[in-house]
Amino acid sequence: MQRVFPFFVEAALVTIEITVLALILGLAAAALAAAAKMSRSAILRTIGTLYVSLFRGTPCLIQLFVLYFGGPQIGINLEPFAAGVIGLGLNIGAYMAESIRGALVAVDRGQTEAARTIGFSRFQTLRKVVLPQAARLMIRPLGVNTVALLKGSALVSTISVVELTYTAQRFIGSTYKPFEIFGVAALLYMIMVYAVARVVDLLDKRFAIV
Amino acid sequence: MQGLDFTVVAPYWDLLLIGAWWTAVLTVSAGALSFVGGILFAVTVLYAPKIVAYPVRALMWVFMGTPLLLQLFLIYFGLAQIGIDIPALAAGIVGLGLHFAVYNADIIRAGIVAVDVGQTEGARSIGFGKWQTLRHVVIPQAIRNTAPPIGGNLIALLKESSIVSVIGIAELVHSAQLAISETFRPFEFYITAAALYYILNLVLEAALRLFERHVEASR
Repeated sequence: MQRVFPFFVEAALVTIEITVLALILGLAAAALAAAAKMSRSAILRTIGTLYVSLFRGTPCLIQLFVLYFGGPQIGINLEPFAAGVIGLGLNIGAYMAESIRGALVAVDRGQTEAARTIGFSRFQTLRKVVLPQAARLMIRPLGVNTVALLKGSALVSTISVVELTYTAQRFIGSTYKPFEIFGVAALLYMIMVYAVARVVDLLDKRFAIV
Repeated sequence: MQGLDFTVVAPYWDLLLIGAWWTAVLTVSAGALSFVGGILFAVTVLYAPKIVAYPVRALMWVFMGTPLLLQLFLIYFGLAQIGIDIPALAAGIVGLGLHFAVYNADIIRAGIVAVDVGQTEGARSIGFGKWQTLRHVVIPQAIRNTAPPIGGNLIALLKESSIVSVIGIAELVHSAQLAISETFRPFEFYITAAALYYILNLVLEAALRLFERHVEASR
């Protein structure tokens, strides 16, 4: 066990790396999708709605497979790591778009109406009135999405990204000690999940109104 | 780069539909297990003596803090190591069922706590036992109030069921993989599989909406 432990720590770092990169991509995709879904242009609304509906309506595993195994057929040749980041990022982006939109919609309409009445433009209203209030409401749902992303990152082991689950699987195959190996991998995942949950708690407290 | 040609899917259509059927079977059976398990976990955590409740809570923590994929490996390969050989299908149903039972338990627990204390007092004062009160008064109300998030978990379960393909269960992803091994056309088959999942998802969402309307009407 002591011999394999360094491999697990290294693998956990890869899991963190993938999660962070997919999170950045996901947040960007989510912000764009939420903006598209709430825009005045019918075309943008349709694009935003389609993206969210298709990526939420199909399994993340299939999305990864289409990208990684199917990609070369349409001229997209990606390394496993890149395919994993893009696949996970686009998938979680669809969920995060709903978290963002939910928070924006939850801000009382009267706030927008009042801001518009005193002469704020649509953009100013969003930027100075709605977003500051909505940001607070987004922290928890986006945190839940991030935890789901972290655990979901295990899926990229199926497209041979050498992260924590892939490493565990490989050692289960070579040591025939699934319980011990699983125990170590599970512990590392739980530490990471706990860390994310703590950060979300702290942010939530930091930005709480009362 | 080869051109896309979706006609390659036609000869394998039956195979894909059988896979979709098994995905539905998995979802329904693991879904039922996750519902019953969710109630049992919730009641245990709330009312069982500490010596039982704490280990169950710890187990729930482990299930919530780790990926489903890892849990499936443990159940399938881990149990085989200690001499318990269960078929892949059973391992898949148990793994998916337990995983989502834990999430349901969290929701149902909150639902039970939220049922007005007057309901319990009322039931107790007309002579219901503690267990009867829970069984006939509190839990039915808790379930009804938490139906939407439990339905949401069922929808998540449908999609996550794709993961059991890794332990060799012949569901939709597995069917697609089989067809791809003969045709070398991953894009066409995975897109088709995705479309079938999307349809299953729409059907399930519609069914849940009908059910919720039914529940609302019975209030």
